[in-house]
Amino acid sequence: MSEPVSALGGAQYAGMVELAEAGPRGMITVRGDLALPALASAVKKITGAAMPARRQASTGAKGAVAWMSPDELLLFVDYAAAAPSVAALEAALAGEFVTIADVSDARAVLTLKGSQACDVLAKICPVDFADLPVGGIRRSRAAQIAAAIWREEQDEYTVICFRSHARYMWDMLSQLARPGGEVGLYR
Amino acid sequence: MLILTCPCCGVSAEETEFSNGGEAHLKRFGPGSSDDDFESYMFNRKNPRGVHFERWRHAYGCGKWFIAARCTVTLEVFATYPAQTTEPPADVVKKIKARRSEWEGFA
Ligand SMILES: [Zn+2]
Repeated sequence: MSEPVSALGGAQYAGMVELAEAGPRGMITVRGDLALPALASAVKKITGAAMPARRQASTGAKGAVAWMSPDELLLFVDYAAAAPSVAALEAALAGEFVTIADVSDARAVLTLKGSQACDVLAKICPVDFADLPVGGIRRSRAAQIAAAIWREEQDEYTVICFRSHARYMWDMLSQLARPGGEVGLYR
Repeated sequence: MLILTCPCCGVSAEETEFSNGGEAHLKRFGPGSSDDDFESYMFNRKNPRGVHFERWRHAYGCGKWFIAARCTVTLEVFATYPAQTTEPPADVVKKIKARRSEWEGFA
C-alpha cells in the first residue's frame, strides 16, 4: 500500500501559538437521520464515542465524532481505519437513507495550541470564542474559506478545512501567529 | 452589521457567515401558468422599506436554508424560522407587530 501524504507534510510553526498540521487522519462524513439507533451504535463501535449533542464533538477510545449539521457527522479515526470503518458503517446501515464517504484525503487538519489560540483564530473568524465551550465545534469562515473549529481543550483547537485550502489556511495562520501580533482579547 | 440566528443549528453569527437567497415565500408559477403570473414570479419583488422576509443559507456553517424576518431600514431581525413554511408563522407575525405596530401584515 502506498504511503498517505497529507496536504502540508506535517508542517510545524511556533510563534504566538504552536501551529501544526496533524498529518494523515481518517475522516468519514455521514449524512442522514442522526436519530437512527443503528447509526449511534455503529458510531460507538467504530470510534468508542457516544453520539455528540448539537455543535459538540465527543471522543472515544478509537476516535471521535463531531456534529456538523442537523443531518451530518464527521468521524475521526486512524488513517488506516477509515476504509474498514466505511465498510462497517455501510453494513450496519444497509437499507437506511444515509450516505457515507471517506473524506480522509479531501480534508486537512491543523492544530493550534497556546493561550493565544483563540485570539489568532478570532482575527479571521466571525466567531466569539467565549461562546465556544471545550468540546464544542463551530463551523464558520476563516477569511475567505470554510473551516470547522473544534475546541478540544481550553487552549487547544483543531481546525479542519478542505485539502485544497490547506496552504491558504497554513500561510494565513502562521502569519497571524507571528510574535508581535498579540491581541489579548480573550485573557 | 446584520446578526442572524440560524434556527437549524442555533448559531448566531454576522451576515458574512451566511448567504442571502432573496425574497422568501414566493409562490412559484411554472409550466401552464399565464405569462403575467410567470413574469411576476420571475421578476417582480417587493423590495420594501421596512419589514421584509428573506431566505438565507448558513453557507459557512450547517449549510441549511432558513427564513429571516427583518427590517431593511434598521437591520433589526424580528425572527428566523424554518424554510419549510409558505407564509410567516403566527408567532413571527406577532413579534413583528409588537415592534412595528404600523406594519400592515404579510400579503
Ligand atoms: Zn446553521
